[in-house]
Amino acid sequence: MKLLFELFFTFLKIGTFTFGGGYAMLPLIRKAVVEEKAWMTDDEMVDCLALSQSLPGVLAVNTAIYIGNKKRRFMGSLAATFGVTLPAFVSIIIILLFLDRIEENIYMLGAFEGIKAASAALIAVAAYNLGKRILKGKFEILIAAISFIIIVFAGINAVWGIVFGGFAGIGSYWYRQKKGDIR
Amino acid sequence: MMPFFNLFAIFFQIGFFGFGGGYAMLPMIFHHVQQFGIMTAAEFSRLVALSQVTPGPIAVNAATYVGYRYAGFGGALIATVAVVLPAFILVLISMHFIKKFEESKALDAVLYGIRPATLGLIASAVIFLSETSILNGPIISVSLFENASDYINRLPFAFFIGTIILAGKLKIGPIKLTLLAGAAGALFIR
Repeated sequence: MKLLFELFFTFLKIGTFTFGGGYAMLPLIRKAVVEEKAWMTDDEMVDCLALSQSLPGVLAVNTAIYIGNKKRRFMGSLAATFGVTLPAFVSIIIILLFLDRIEENIYMLGAFEGIKAASAALIAVAAYNLGKRILKGKFEILIAAISFIIIVFAGINAVWGIVFGGFAGIGSYWYRQKKGDIR
Repeated sequence: MMPFFNLFAIFFQIGFFGFGGGYAMLPMIFHHVQQFGIMTAAEFSRLVALSQVTPGPIAVNAATYVGYRYAGFGGALIATVAVVLPAFILVLISMHFIKKFEESKALDAVLYGIRPATLGLIASAVIFLSETSILNGPIISVSLFENASDYINRLPFAFFIGTIILAGKLKIGPIKLTLLAGAAGALFIR
């Protein structure tokens, strides 16, 4: 029971200090899980991140599910996931309860406009940094461009961008296999 | 019951296809809130702004927000559970069957295509957000060429460029920049 509470509170803390996209949280997760709690070694953490990034979902949440399961099976996962999502849930509910009053305040509206512009910029920078890492050849550039175009200009559900990418990946694998680049 | 069922279906789908993390999920959420008329593009960009300054991953913030707007507290609860549930199931299944995680050839092939696709999704999130902040309407419109000065919101546009420089070149952290933009916006943007 004590371990369940520890999982809950550790990930509650991680969830509280996660903002935006959440990649900035990796050092904090590692510090809490590897250094402070010694729940995993650095090598195990690498495995955890490899799996978390290969599956759909938010990185902070996926690592919570993984580490919870590693320590206390299903109940551990539940406790860690509950902890990491609770701050997001509670803070949004509180804000929504006061949103009407926020909307009447001219300074708050100005702050919103500033944050909206900055958010667009921060996501653009995140996209640029990601692009630098993954756009290694023509195939990657083509897939990224097509998924961007069909979402923005054809207005289709972005889910299809992911489905398209998955099939293109399989197609490219077959093609390279046929050509003999890979076995 | 219909709103609850819709919310569950929408956010389970978003969670299931949510490769590439929270930013890549934004265009999916945007598509559904527009389709179901849950909120306008302007409110969606405010949702993103709020999610940046509230604790928690952006995808969870957004699920709670949309769920509450659509069906109150129960809706918020259902949307939040639904967006996390696919990852919960998939992580547990993967850990059960794979002792040490190494990408299989099939998964490797799928991710080879999905990774660049998530970049397209994140870039499209920038466009959707820009259309209601630094720009004055959809990007596919003639007004950009006809009268660019009315189409671009000057002060937010300056904030956008400033943040790009501070984050991209000077590597200042996103939380600091968000708070700075909020404070400067409160003072200067009317």
